[in-house]
Amino acid sequence: MVVAERKNIEEIRGMVDRYSSILVVGCDSCVAECAAGGHRETMLLGAALKISFQQDSRNPRITEACLDRQCVDDFIEQIAHLVPEHEAILSLGCGAGVQALARVYGDKPILPALDTLFIGETEMRGVWQENCLGCGKCKLGYFGAVCPVTRCSKRLMNGPCGGSKEGRCEVNPGISCGWQMIINRLETLGELDRLSEYVPPVDWSTSHSGGPRRVEREDQKP
Amino acid sequence: MKTDSRLERVLQAGHFAVTAECGPPKGSDAGVVERKGKLLFGYVDAVNVTDNQAATVRMASLAACVILKNMGHEPILQMTTRDRNRIALQSDLFGAYALGIRNVLCLTGDHQVFGNQKEALGVFDLDSIQLVRTVRDMREDGTLIGGADIESPPKMFVGAAANPFADPAAWRVVRLAKKVQAGADFIQTQCIYNMQRFSNFIAQARDMGLTERVSILAGVTPLKSAGMAKHMATKVAGMDVPEAIINRMAGVPKKKQADEGIKIAVETIQHVREIKGIAGVHVMAIEWEEHVPEILSAVGLDKRPKV
Ligand code: SF4
Ligand code: SF4
Repeated sequence: MVVAERKNIEEIRGMVDRYSSILVVGCDSCVAECAAGGHRETMLLGAALKISFQQDSRNPRITEACLDRQCVDDFIEQIAHLVPEHEAILSLGCGAGVQALARVYGDKPILPALDTLFIGETEMRGVWQENCLGCGKCKLGYFGAVCPVTRCSKRLMNGPCGGSKEGRCEVNPGISCGWQMIINRLETLGELDRLSEYVPPVDWSTSHSGGPRRVEREDQKP
Repeated sequence: MKTDSRLERVLQAGHFAVTAECGPPKGSDAGVVERKGKLLFGYVDAVNVTDNQAATVRMASLAACVILKNMGHEPILQMTTRDRNRIALQSDLFGAYALGIRNVLCLTGDHQVFGNQKEALGVFDLDSIQLVRTVRDMREDGTLIGGADIESPPKMFVGAAANPFADPAAWRVVRLAKKVQAGADFIQTQCIYNMQRFSNFIAQARDMGLTERVSILAGVTPLKSAGMAKHMATKVAGMDVPEAIINRMAGVPKKKQADEGIKIAVETIQHVREIKGIAGVHVMAIEWEEHVPEILSAVGLDKRPKV
């Protein structure tokens, strides 16, 4: 899933202050799982904004709505009736949700309430971990299902570097060394031999380096 | 001979090689490089020129290499993959060779978080082992990454680093083997304070036949003070400074600590010379180049062979 965090109220106010009516739109998928932009967080942000404006003796019209998925037209259209009554939309979707709203509602300002961070997993309650950079050519099969592109701070294919210490990355002790994880995992599987071979340079052309990517499938088109 | 590197000739002739490190200035004054070059001149077989070490902006390694080359030094161009992608790295290799550089040390580099440009994009298009392979392929096959032919391929003597003190401990020698496999001709190690761990590492390398295939230069950094020892022990990535060394430094009066640090460096060199499979030393006197001659004189390595 996509993991995000909500921006602070000051930054959000900086974007929405010029409008007198704001539609606050959440997304009940990924960003609900990471407690940043789901139904609950949408209602909370709406309330927080109202209080914040009241402190400045302002009273803009603020309406909350939440979509099941903010990156799919079928769902986005469910708020079509609310859009004309508001000057701007404040989105609690990820960056993809914000841009999908902007495509559908081409004449409305759409503003991001979240900082979109990464593709990751819920490791435990309250802890989310980045583990895929969407490189476009998944190598997990060779690295014991631990991603060197994402979990190594230097994206090493032939790691670990000389900074790995007691399972921690040189960048910061809060980061597990991805390469220590790869080695541990392959050791458990009895497949350490996978690492004795030289791994050639990565083909980054399938990643974002090749430009924004797009998937088109005729069998899925209407 | 694979190249016309002086360092290769020294090692091939069986001499115990001596290299030293020269960090370029944090500015554009060629005089700083020349002063450091003068201090080392005649005492070393080759000089490593660091590439924005600790991710701090400094004069380009290649520029400083050329300044040293013009003084009669044999430079070793350090190249990290942190700041340049494969286009820039390969292009710099062409340029370096055109300017007379014959040795390159391939590194991944310290992460940008350690330096004075923490907001920088880390490139890491290649890793150090892939860079070793790239330089080797240029020389042996005359090709770029991807196989395209090079008109006049650079023929560099290829080096890589090894850190026997990082984790996972059992993996360090495997990684050394990968670097040798990829084409490293020489290895310069992380600076040694834990002699036991270093000896074990070299013994493993010997058992795998690696010391026959690659020339290993043992890294030595003289400590300036007990404070520096503590800093290296706790703050510098990939360093192993045992308690005993810190205590030894702290055990002498502040004024005498520099002398004690030099004494430890001298003992370290004497020790590694006795280890089978060590082909030379690499002295990294960080902003302390003026002490390299006295360290080398103390161990009788100050006269360099004519090759
Ligand atoms: S290899 Fe690529 S696709 Fe697979 S997990 Fe890593 S970044 Fe994601
Ligand atoms: S310490 Fe580990 S995770 Fe960090 S850069 Fe080095 S190999 Fe990668």
